[in-house]
Amino acid sequence: MTTMLQIAGVVAGYDGSDVLKSVDMTVETGSITCIVGPNGAGKSTVLKTISGLLRPRLGTITFLDKPIQGFSPRAVLETGIVQVAQNHSLFNEMTVQENVRLGAYLLNDRARIDRALAEVEDLFPIVHERAHEKAGNLSGGQQRLVEFARCLMLNPKLILLDEPSMGLDPRTLKAVFDTVKMMQASGRTILLVEQNVKTGLGASTHGVVMESGKVRLTGSSAEILHHPEIGHLYLGGTLEDANTAEGSPPASTSAPAAQR
Amino acid sequence: MQHLRKVSPLVWLFAGIAFPFVISDPTYTTIAIFALLFAAAASAWNIFSGYTGYIALGHAAYFGIGGYALAIICQHWQIPGGYTPFYLVPLCGLLAAIASVPLGAIALRTRRHTFVVITIATFFILQLLSYNLRSLTNGSSGIDFPLILQWAPGFYNLPFYYVALLLTVLALGVSWFVRHSKFGLGLLAIRDDEDRALGLGVRTGSSKLIAFVISAFFVGMVGAVYSYFLGSVQPSFTFDALFDVAIALMVFMGGIGTLTGPILGSLVLESSQQYAALNFTQGSGGLYLIMYGSLFLVVILLLPQGIVPSAKALWARYQATHTASVLPDPSGSGGANPVARSAPGDGMGLATPREEAKA
Repeated sequence: MTTMLQIAGVVAGYDGSDVLKSVDMTVETGSITCIVGPNGAGKSTVLKTISGLLRPRLGTITFLDKPIQGFSPRAVLETGIVQVAQNHSLFNEMTVQENVRLGAYLLNDRARIDRALAEVEDLFPIVHERAHEKAGNLSGGQQRLVEFARCLMLNPKLILLDEPSMGLDPRTLKAVFDTVKMMQASGRTILLVEQNVKTGLGASTHGVVMESGKVRLTGSSAEILHHPEIGHLYLGGTLEDANTAEGSPPASTSAPAAQR
Repeated sequence: MQHLRKVSPLVWLFAGIAFPFVISDPTYTTIAIFALLFAAAASAWNIFSGYTGYIALGHAAYFGIGGYALAIICQHWQIPGGYTPFYLVPLCGLLAAIASVPLGAIALRTRRHTFVVITIATFFILQLLSYNLRSLTNGSSGIDFPLILQWAPGFYNLPFYYVALLLTVLALGVSWFVRHSKFGLGLLAIRDDEDRALGLGVRTGSSKLIAFVISAFFVGMVGAVYSYFLGSVQPSFTFDALFDVAIALMVFMGGIGTLTGPILGSLVLESSQQYAALNFTQGSGGLYLIMYGSLFLVVILLLPQGIVPSAKALWARYQATHTASVLPDPSGSGGANPVARSAPGDGMGLATPREEAKA
C-alpha cells in the first residue's frame, strides 16, 4: 500500500489555544482509516485542518506527495479531498438535487455535472426519488446518504467523514457504513472520525487513537479494537494511567502500538 | 399545468403592454408607473437580500445616486427634456453599481445585524453628502430636470410607463437567470449556511458582492427614471430612508427569495398605497395610512411566509386532499396521498420520515 496522506507535527487550534499538539499520522491509499478517541481529543480538528477549514500553526500535511497545509477549502477540494461535516450538513431550505449539485460547485462544465449527477443518482436512488423535496424534510439517515452523494460529485480521491454514525439508529447505521464500504470498494480512500469505537473500527481497515490532541496508537483496526488499553481510555482514564495500573512499559503506548 | 406555466409570463407581459391602452386615465397610469418602478427595485433587491439572506437597508443610497446622476448629467450636458435622458439611465445604473463596490465590500465584511446597521449608515452618509456637496448637488434646493414640453398631457405617462415596464422585465429576467444558475445556487447556500457553502468551494465573498452590485445597478436605474418622472431631485426625497422600508416590506409581503413574490408584493402594496392616498386623503387626514397598515397586517397574519409561498403551500395542500378524495385508498392507510406516493423508500433499507413517524 502507498501513503496517500501524511500528517507530520501538526499543531492547530482555535483562538490561540492549541487543540492538536504535534499530530503525526498516515492514511494509506484505498484504506478506511478511523480516528477514535474521547471527547476533546481533537479528532474533528484533524479533519478540519486537512480540509482547510482550520489553518495549522505548525507542521505539514502532504497529500499525494504535495504539501497542502494552509490551503483554502476550495483549493483542498481541487486536490481531490472532500469532507462530510459532523451533524446534518445539508442546506435544509434547498432541495435534495440542489444540495447534490452544490457538491460539484467547482466544476463549470454543465455536461460533466449532469453526468456526475446521473452517476450518484444510480448509487443513491433517493437523490432522484426525492430530488425536488427540501433536504430538511428527510430523516437523519436519508440526509447522510444525500451528503455522501454530494461528496461523490467531484469524484474525490479522499473522503473525510466526521462522525457518520451520529444520531442514527442501529439499522440506519448499518446502511450508512455499508455505503462507506461501497465508496471504498469503488476506489476511494476514507478517513473517518468516530465516537462509536466498535462501529467505527469494525467498519475500518486501519485505526488511529487520539487523546488530548496527540496520536497515541496506530495500527490495523483489529489490533486497535482488541488493544487492552482502549476500554480503559474510554472509561475515563488515560493511556498513561492504564500503563501504570497494568505495569506495562510507557513506551509501548506513547509510541504507536502497531506501526504500519 | 406545465403548458400554463410556459404561457403565463407571456400573458402577463402582453397585459403589461396593453394596460395603458385599456386604462388610459393618467391617474391610473401614474399609479402603474410607480408600482412598476418599485417592482423592478424590489426584484433587484431580492437578487441580493432574498437569495443571500443578507437584509440590506441602504439601497436608497443607490436609488439616490441614480437619480442625482441623471439630474447632474442633464444639467451639465444641457440635455433637453424628452427621450434622451432615458438613454442615459443605464449609465446612471452603472454609476450606482460602481459606488456600491466599495460600500458593499465594507458592509459585507460583517454579517447579520451589523451588516444591516452598516448599510443604513452608508445611506445616511450619502444623504448627508447630497446636502453638503453643494457645487455638485445644489444642496437642499436640489436640481430640476429639463421640462418635457413637447409631450401632450395624454401622452406624457406612456414613455415612462414602458421604460418602467422594461426595467421590471429586465430585473425579473436577471433574477430568473441568477436563480437558475450555479452562481444563484451558491447564493442560496450562503443564505442557508455561509460556512458550509465556503467548505463546498463557494467563493462566498465575491458571490455576495456581485449580487449586491447587480441589485444596486437596477436600483440606480430605477432611481434615475423615478426622479426624472417626478421632475427634480432633492436630498430629502431622492435619498429617502422610507424607500428601503418600502421595498423590504414589498418583498416580505410577496415572498422573500421567490421569483415573482417581490413583483406581486410591490404591485399590490404600491398601487393600493397610491390609490388610497389619492382617494382617502381629503378631509380624513391619514385614513389611507390606516388602510395601508391594515392590509399589511392582514397579509402578515394570514400569510406569514408572504403571498407566493403561502399560496403555493395552500395549493399543494388542496391538491393533496383533492387527489386523496378522488382516489380512495384501497388499503385504508393513506396510500393514495400523493405526498406519500412521491416519497418512496430510498432503496437502501432506510425508512422515509413518514414511515418513521408511524413507527
